[in-house]
Amino acid sequence: MKPDMSVEIGSLKLRNPVMTASGTFGYGEEFSQYVDLEKIGAFVTKGLSLKPRAGNPTPRIVETPGGMLNAIGLQNVGIDAFIQKKVPFLRSVNTPAIANFFGYTPDEYAELASRLDDIPEVAALEVNISCPNVKQGGIVFGTDPNCAASVVAACRAATKKTLIVKLSPNVTDIVEMAQACEGAGADALSVINTLTGMAIDLERRRPVLANITGGLSGPAIKPVALRMVWQVARAVKVPVIGIGGIMSATDALEFILAGATAVQVGTASFVNPGAAQEIAEGMEQWLAARGIADIKSLIGALEG
Amino acid sequence: MQFKAMILDNAEVSPGYWRMRMTAPAEMLAAKPGQFVMVRVNPSIDPLIRRPFGVFDVGMHQPAYTGAVAQPYLEILYRVVGKGTGMLSDLHENDILDVLGPLGSGFDNGPAGEEKLIVGGGVGLAPLYLLAKELVKDSPVRLFAGGRSKDDVLCITEFERLGVECYTATEDGSLGECGLVTKVLEGRLDATGNKGQICACGPHGMLKAVAAIGAKRSVKTQVSLEGYMACGMGACLGCVCQGAEHSAENPDYRCVCTEGPVFEAAVLKWEGN
Ligand SMILES: Cc1cc2nc3c(=O)[nH]c(=O)nc-3n(C[C@H](O)[C@H](O)[C@H](O)COP(=O)(O)OP(=O)(O)OC[C@H]3O[C@@H](n4cnc5c(N)ncnc54)[C@H](O)[C@@H]3O)c2cc1C
Ligand SMILES: Cc1cc2nc3c(=O)[nH]c(=O)nc-3n(C[C@H](O)[C@H](O)[C@H](O)COP(=O)(O)O)c2cc1C
Ligand code: FES
Repeated sequence: MKPDMSVEIGSLKLRNPVMTASGTFGYGEEFSQYVDLEKIGAFVTKGLSLKPRAGNPTPRIVETPGGMLNAIGLQNVGIDAFIQKKVPFLRSVNTPAIANFFGYTPDEYAELASRLDDIPEVAALEVNISCPNVKQGGIVFGTDPNCAASVVAACRAATKKTLIVKLSPNVTDIVEMAQACEGAGADALSVINTLTGMAIDLERRRPVLANITGGLSGPAIKPVALRMVWQVARAVKVPVIGIGGIMSATDALEFILAGATAVQVGTASFVNPGAAQEIAEGMEQWLAARGIADIKSLIGALEG
Repeated sequence: MQFKAMILDNAEVSPGYWRMRMTAPAEMLAAKPGQFVMVRVNPSIDPLIRRPFGVFDVGMHQPAYTGAVAQPYLEILYRVVGKGTGMLSDLHENDILDVLGPLGSGFDNGPAGEEKLIVGGGVGLAPLYLLAKELVKDSPVRLFAGGRSKDDVLCITEFERLGVECYTATEDGSLGECGLVTKVLEGRLDATGNKGQICACGPHGMLKAVAAIGAKRSVKTQVSLEGYMACGMGACLGCVCQGAEHSAENPDYRCVCTEGPVFEAAVLKWEGN
């Protein structure tokens, strides 16, 4: 018997719970040679801003044990080029495309949300709040519950589409952040973005990354991500999307047990461009082998 | 294309430099000189990301025993510099690797009959062998190979066998001219009145010098760059380099893995880099 792998995130219906994570899958097209996009639940685009952004100087990436640090600096084509050059491809794929975006003021966030709301090919919005608020001394929106709530409320007012808020793990109390975003109108929460880290070149006595610090991703962050998903899922009513170091179907299923309704695969797509599809298929096989009829029965089913 | 490759041979060709031959799908035979592959060194998570290597050669492998069928191969030439390349050098015949490729743009061959000056520093020779193999079909080819010492000047006999005229230079004088290979290149350009085109791959300092020579003498110059790569397919944006007009106000980043790794030197920014 084929297990039912479908899940719902807000009004979004997914054929299975596996999505690709923002910034690790381009705009979808880059991977179409390696992944049957119609075998995954959804894909999330590279983070978009109002204006194109050039990003940081190099080196932008360095591998660390079991992970990698990146300081890309949110390089992206901007919303206008996205509509012109990238949206036509989204139309050709029968899989929901989720637009990830960010701004530097709540107004910018709202404007982007409103413009993305107008694009029929965009199935849902994922708002990245791990950005500095230029109006308030550069404090990162996602590290202050009031700041985060103001951004989410502004986006909520600008879109009827499913609004997913992607939380930063670089906070003392992730539950407080999650509740603030839920209270401001988020339909779902993505947990987690990268953890801030750094690498040093001893002989040169310099930081390896031009930006000095960068975001850690990959298997190294999985235990932290699992813990945060578990904490958040117990504290909110909206669905949680688990992200962080997922390399295999078993990794993904652990996130589901911890309370995630769906998962996103990030760095794994660099290592193995077919990872998201393989994980989706592996999850289904795992359920089938154990006679589990519905993936939804595993959400938050952690015992003890 | 993603494929599993079986190692056919892995040998140290000079201290610290290895040449690996592996099986490949027939499509690999169409790889363009200058393209590269991303190799997953092992299936564990350390090293996690793939390592990029230029395509050194492709062809049909004829096993030594009679009756065996020939089969397409891919070769890489690599220098052991760290964890991943160290692990590669420990692999043996029949071990399996996961490979993505061919990726990126290749060299533009230019008009037939025109003199081709190919310049390589150390392991930068890697993508130039397949290039020379292509170019000798219709053009006179000269190779300018440089390195710190004679151990860093690789595979010269292979180039000579193709009919390429080879010039070498080492910083310690242990092989060929003593000094930088760019000086030898300038000598040739002086002799021919700046004819032909240049294709170069090697350390950044050498490429910068070659780009300056090409610019000063109005000789078309292509360079193959490196960048720190996580994906090799334009998704991570880790590998970028700066276009000629790049500035803090008007940033112009080019993706090395998809727009390159081969660029016309004139489209890139060299000063300050
Ligand atoms: C397009 C391209 C083609 C290349 N072709 C060749 C080739 O034909 N032969 C060859 O010997 N080398 C080649 N290189 C360089 C080679 O990829 C690195 O030497 C190798 O990745 C080092 O791996 P490591 O684990 O041994 O080193 P590490 O211990 O990881 O690091 C040593 C140094 O290698 C470099 N490096 C490490 N990982 C990467 C990466 N993912 N991308 C780019 N640089 C990295 C960094 O500068 C680092 O400081 C190429 C690089 C690029 C970008
Ligand atoms: C190179 C790179 C770029 C990323 N860009 C973005 C981005 O633009 N917006 C965003 O919300 N997250 C971005 N992320 C974070 C990922 O979406 C994901 O949350 C994180 O990598 C953790 O998952 P992983 O361990 O599976 O990679 C990026 C991650 C990487 C590695
Ligand atoms: S290596 Fe990822 S974009 Fe070039």
